[in-house]
Amino acid sequence: MSTLVLNGISIKINEEGFLVDPSEWTREIAEEIAKEEGIAELTAAHWKVIEYCRQYGLESGKAPTLRTITNNAGVSTKEIFNLFPKGPAKKVAKISGLDKPEGCV
Amino acid sequence: MKKLLILGAGTAGTMVANRLRRLLDRDEWRITIVDQHETHYYQPGFLFIPFGMYSKNDVIKPKRDFIPAGVELIMSPVELIEPDHNRVKLSRDGRIINYDFLVIATGAHTHPEETPGLQEHEWYKSIFDFYTVEGAVALAKHLRSWQGGRLVVNVVENPIKCPVAPLEFIMLADWFFHEQGIRERVDITYATPLPGAFTKPIASRHLGDILDQKGIHVVPEFMIEHVDPDARKIVSYDEQEIEYDLLVSIPLNMGDTVVARSGLGDDLNFIPVDKNTFVSPKHANIFVLGDAASVPTSKAGSVAHFAVETFSENFLRYIDGLEMQPSFDGHANCFIESGFGKGLLIDFNYDVEPLPGRYPLPGIGPFTLLQESEMNHWGKMMFRWMYWNILLKGQELPLPARMTMAGKWNDN
Ligand SMILES: Cc1cc2nc3c(=O)[nH]c(=O)nc-3n(C[C@H](O)[C@H](O)[C@H](O)COP(=O)(O)OP(=O)(O)OC[C@H]3O[C@@H](n4cnc5c(N)ncnc54)[C@H](O)[C@@H]3O)c2cc1C
Repeated sequence: MSTLVLNGISIKINEEGFLVDPSEWTREIAEEIAKEEGIAELTAAHWKVIEYCRQYGLESGKAPTLRTITNNAGVSTKEIFNLFPKGPAKKVAKISGLDKPEGCV
Repeated sequence: MKKLLILGAGTAGTMVANRLRRLLDRDEWRITIVDQHETHYYQPGFLFIPFGMYSKNDVIKPKRDFIPAGVELIMSPVELIEPDHNRVKLSRDGRIINYDFLVIATGAHTHPEETPGLQEHEWYKSIFDFYTVEGAVALAKHLRSWQGGRLVVNVVENPIKCPVAPLEFIMLADWFFHEQGIRERVDITYATPLPGAFTKPIASRHLGDILDQKGIHVVPEFMIEHVDPDARKIVSYDEQEIEYDLLVSIPLNMGDTVVARSGLGDDLNFIPVDKNTFVSPKHANIFVLGDAASVPTSKAGSVAHFAVETFSENFLRYIDGLEMQPSFDGHANCFIESGFGKGLLIDFNYDVEPLPGRYPLPGIGPFTLLQESEMNHWGKMMFRWMYWNILLKGQELPLPARMTMAGKWNDN
């Protein structure tokens, strides 16, 4: 476990960089994590996906899979790979302050 | 009479029918099981068909042979499940069956048509699958005269049945080409959507090392978008391309369409259930066992076996008005063939990832966890006999249903 310090506030993250407590999430934290993941700026298109994931996460307690996102968030698989390159489901879950998506066991 | 209806007479459905027929009073309980096909396939055996180790006859038997006396078997596709009316509609003669309790065990199937270019004019010419008996047999024929080139094995999307099967296929292929004397003419690549060779970190590292030693190239985080069957390449969503001469695909796995028609499933037609008891959160008299369930463990016959064992005990409590125990822990136990007469074994559950060690007797084995041994290979080969003669008949194995930490060590 380590911590991410942002404007003097420290947030707990696990070894893989996921927030330990999803309720600590803010938009500023999302921007910070996005930068660490190589996304310099979160655009409206990014936010549409992040907001869908936040909502899904709060309702179900888990992160949506890639297919769940593309079926429900109004974004195609191709687009989501452009927005969150390399492992988009995992990346967007991290930025949205959720746990790693289950999908793969 | 109370009515228990089971949909699907595959691994899970057959096991639970046998188990509950023994446990439930015949004067009080009527058990009916429905399936659309007469033939039971031993799916783990599909893996060996491409390499000529098994033939089609080694993996098929009539379903009827495994349904016990006192259980009614109906052959028909299931058209619709109507949970609000506690009834199921069959395709044959539009027959309606009412139930008090329903067990859904309709499994998972592959859908090559979901990936553009996959199941088109090169299907079963330069592109194959081995998750169906047809694919495995066609591939066996192709491999008999294949002269070498670039072999690419690709998993389209997770979850898939038996997530270790693609790795086993690759390691057996490596061995097969050695035996054929053409290994130096074959280039083997594994393109997977996962970040590494396997889903769980420690096993992924061990398996990744083994693949490395065998000269197998792993391309992680490869999400296929389409196949170009003429240019013979697979293309990912982020525009990586991998060229092949022979493509072996593990197509998208989905639950049966009856699940979608009945409005019971998720995006892949798998049915969400409580991961410890298999009860549906929406319908207190519906349970889902085997690959059809959306639970965070492997879709495997061994998991179905442990699931049926814990579920059956729990079901007896439930019908007597007691609370179900959260007894299923996600236990999976899978042999992994690694070629050259050897194999590995992994044993894990919801909370504990596969670790090295010995199984089932701590310190002794005879099986080695996460390490290659000849004993593990024999375990895998014996599994077919156990499947037909012990597992399907719902008999007990001398192995605990819940996972144990005894005999495992964490080398992290
Ligand atoms: C290549 C391969 C290798 C594998 N290796 C292993 C291994 O080494 N170890 C291991 O433990 N597991 C392995 N598995 C996985 C194992 O075979 C499955 O997990 C297991 O068979 C699942 O059982 P099930 O009852 O859920 O589904 P199935 O056995 O597939 O049964 C589903 C049944 O439902 C019926 N059905 C579906 N829809 C309908 C409908 N609408 N109407 C009527 N009937 C319907 C089908 O006809 C079928 O009989 C492997 C699988 C494959 C493909």
